[in-house]
Amino acid sequence: MSTAVTTAESIHRRRHYLNADYGIRSWLLTTDHKRIALLYLFSITFFFALGGLFAVLIRLELLTPAGDMMTSDTYNKVFTMHGIMMVFFFLIPSVPATLGNFLIPMMIGARDLAFPKLNLASWYLFMVGGMFAMYSVVTGGIDTGWTFYTPFSTTYSNTKVIPAALGILIAGFSSIFTGLNFIVTVHRMRAPGLTWFRLPLFVWANYAASLIMVLGTPVLAITIVLVFLERAFHIGIFDPRLGGDPILFQHLFWFYSHPAVYIMILPSMGVMSELISAFSRKRIFGYTFVAFSSVAIAVFGFLVWGHHMFVSGQSVYAAMVFSILSYLVAIPSAVKVFNWTATLYKGSVSYQTPMLYAFGFLGLFTIGGLTGLFLAALGVDVHVTDTYFVVAHFHYIMVGGVIMGYLGGLHFWWPKITGRLYPEGWAKLSALVIFLGFNLTFFPQFVLGYLGMPRRYHAYPEEFQVLNVMSSAGASILAVGYLLPLFYLLWSMRYGPEAGPNPFDARGLEWQMASPPPTHNFEQVPIVSEEAYAYHTAQEVPVAG
Amino acid sequence: MQDSHTTAAHHPAFQHHFETMEQQRQASTLGMWLFLITEILFFGGMFTVYLVYRNWYFASFAAGSLTLDVTLGTFNTVVLIGSSLTMALAVHGAETGKRGMLVGFLILTILLGATFLGVKAVEYTHKFEEHHVPGPSFRFGSEELRHFHEEATMLRSTQIHGVELGEVQLFFSLYFAMTGMHALHMIIGIGVLSVLVWKARHGRYSPEYFAPVEYAGLYWHFVDIVWIFLFPLLYLITRHVGVHP
Ligand code: HEM
Ligand SMILES: [Cu+2]
Repeated sequence: MSTAVTTAESIHRRRHYLNADYGIRSWLLTTDHKRIALLYLFSITFFFALGGLFAVLIRLELLTPAGDMMTSDTYNKVFTMHGIMMVFFFLIPSVPATLGNFLIPMMIGARDLAFPKLNLASWYLFMVGGMFAMYSVVTGGIDTGWTFYTPFSTTYSNTKVIPAALGILIAGFSSIFTGLNFIVTVHRMRAPGLTWFRLPLFVWANYAASLIMVLGTPVLAITIVLVFLERAFHIGIFDPRLGGDPILFQHLFWFYSHPAVYIMILPSMGVMSELISAFSRKRIFGYTFVAFSSVAIAVFGFLVWGHHMFVSGQSVYAAMVFSILSYLVAIPSAVKVFNWTATLYKGSVSYQTPMLYAFGFLGLFTIGGLTGLFLAALGVDVHVTDTYFVVAHFHYIMVGGVIMGYLGGLHFWWPKITGRLYPEGWAKLSALVIFLGFNLTFFPQFVLGYLGMPRRYHAYPEEFQVLNVMSSAGASILAVGYLLPLFYLLWSMRYGPEAGPNPFDARGLEWQMASPPPTHNFEQVPIVSEEAYAYHTAQEVPVAG
Repeated sequence: MQDSHTTAAHHPAFQHHFETMEQQRQASTLGMWLFLITEILFFGGMFTVYLVYRNWYFASFAAGSLTLDVTLGTFNTVVLIGSSLTMALAVHGAETGKRGMLVGFLILTILLGATFLGVKAVEYTHKFEEHHVPGPSFRFGSEELRHFHEEATMLRSTQIHGVELGEVQLFFSLYFAMTGMHALHMIIGIGVLSVLVWKARHGRYSPEYFAPVEYAGLYWHFVDIVWIFLFPLLYLITRHVGVHP
């Protein structure tokens, strides 16, 4: 293909997207998808740190059975802010807004996303949303839980619900516009020859996640508007005193928020496909199945929201239907896991850092997914609802899945983003520490939940202490694991050895251009003539091209 | 880089990350339709809430609905349909390169939109005076109930019982939320059209490039269609009270 690069040219002498322009203005007004990706990277890292700070407070409080560090009111605010920051300002935007933004145009041979200005506007909306959420923290916090259940959130809570809700509303529009931008870009801007079934699976996964963003987020938006109206103007929509129904709020909320879980996990699954094929040097086994399973997950994801409401008083029949549908949604996820495993089988696997993260993902996601099946079973769910079992489950899936995908992807494409290599030894260490710390933090919570420790309490009976101490200890290890990449990645930006265009010898259009890439990606739009992941290993016949 | 692009690409509105003008047009059209889908889902949430409650609290919703002014509502419906027509004519003007027609019909559309909002304001004022705005001073007295019962008896309805203050208030909450959200969309639409008028007068559009006019038209029609659903659901549907005793 076209843009061959001479590796010898140093990144200082060559013009690329990082040194094309200098000064704060050139960043804040950029419409280059790669620079916007970096804007997201920094802001998301910041919000993650903030959410992490609240997590530390949670675990400190739970070190001892007595509620001795903070009052229960403060604790409510702490776990609410932890949840809001992490879900809406880290997990949902993380992979699509950073890696997706950076990679999708390059992967499909486009010079930018279809709507570059809208892309920048999305980032600003995201930041304004974040400011609103932080405003609610500094002016007293909010205690409703990230789920905003009514009528508590509309009527009884006397904390800062309105700014937090507005923050989420605004950030929601950012997510809608990002999704819209991705969908249009993938439909209309693929390079000649790049058919749908030659697309990298990362693109498929983000495409499916974008469908959810576009179809689900507006429903969350209107739900939040109604909560806002009810709280601000005392009109009743969910208030039972006025004939309203709080359960209706839960339906609307989970109609978005269950699919939202897949907004979080699908892009990470896309990262997995890239990593696993690159480091086992094989095409993904059952490529079409993996591609379609992303779309299937997106579609099924909209049909199962009721499994969050098994104990809310919905009818038994509804609960049964939701239970069965929830099992169905496990199928496409399992398809992916099986196909990745099959890809690894007889591949020439190399254990570099991104691959370690990929293994971490497989482990954590499998545990999270299997416990999801427990929860989808009506009877079991009634036993463990609102206990730490649920907390452990969603941390395994969402946090385990997303962070492994996010960090794995960040390491994989770091040389592309910065033009530099990171220190491999430290990177491997961080992957290991995170995996161990994560399991030590959250595995005991499964046991705690099964034994009956409820979530969202700041005190607990004596007999739960050992497991809680384990969990808190794990959290400190996890914190170290998260801090490590922060340091060595920043270090590598200045001192890392130059990476060259394709340090991992990977396939895909993004590896065919210089690192860091030039502002408009491609001098000449490439013409694609081979399948995705055309790794020529012994078992495979090279594709003609 | 430019030289790799086709000649049509030299139009001032052409953005250089696209390959051709055609590709740019297709991308923005798809983008606009996707945006409208998100709008449908946005209103869809409210329609869902409305339909659920109307089903549960039929009598109360009927009582609330009967206080709405059908004459004003009908008038507004006609105004909006008219504005859709003028909007379509404006797009036609852009398509055929008739600048005067484009500007004229855009202004007419804005005026009709403003008329709609004016009438809406009158209706809101009535509601305010009658204390039908949800909140602490909400009232729905014997007067309204008597009126409701008369209407219902006249229509031989058996479903006149079970009017509850809270439920009627719920009706008005939804009335204000839905028509308010609709009005907000109209205000945004009028803003967009005003920008278009300004740009059209400066000759920004031509038969080769009038996509913004086209998309504003789609948006305007969408907002009208929302009203086409709101009007019967809020104003008319209860007039059928008693037809199925
Ligand atoms: C050091 C790591 C972490 C620790 C120790 C931790 C701890 C906790 C605990 C104890 C809860 C339950 C609070 C309760 O219900 O009483 C919780 C809830 C939650 N966490 Fe984490 N967490 C960590 C990391 C994360 C990360 C990285 C994310 C997201 C990226 C996350 C997302 C959530 C969410 C969404 C909830 C639910 C909040 C709610 O239901 O109100 N957590 N976390
Ligand atoms: Cu769910």
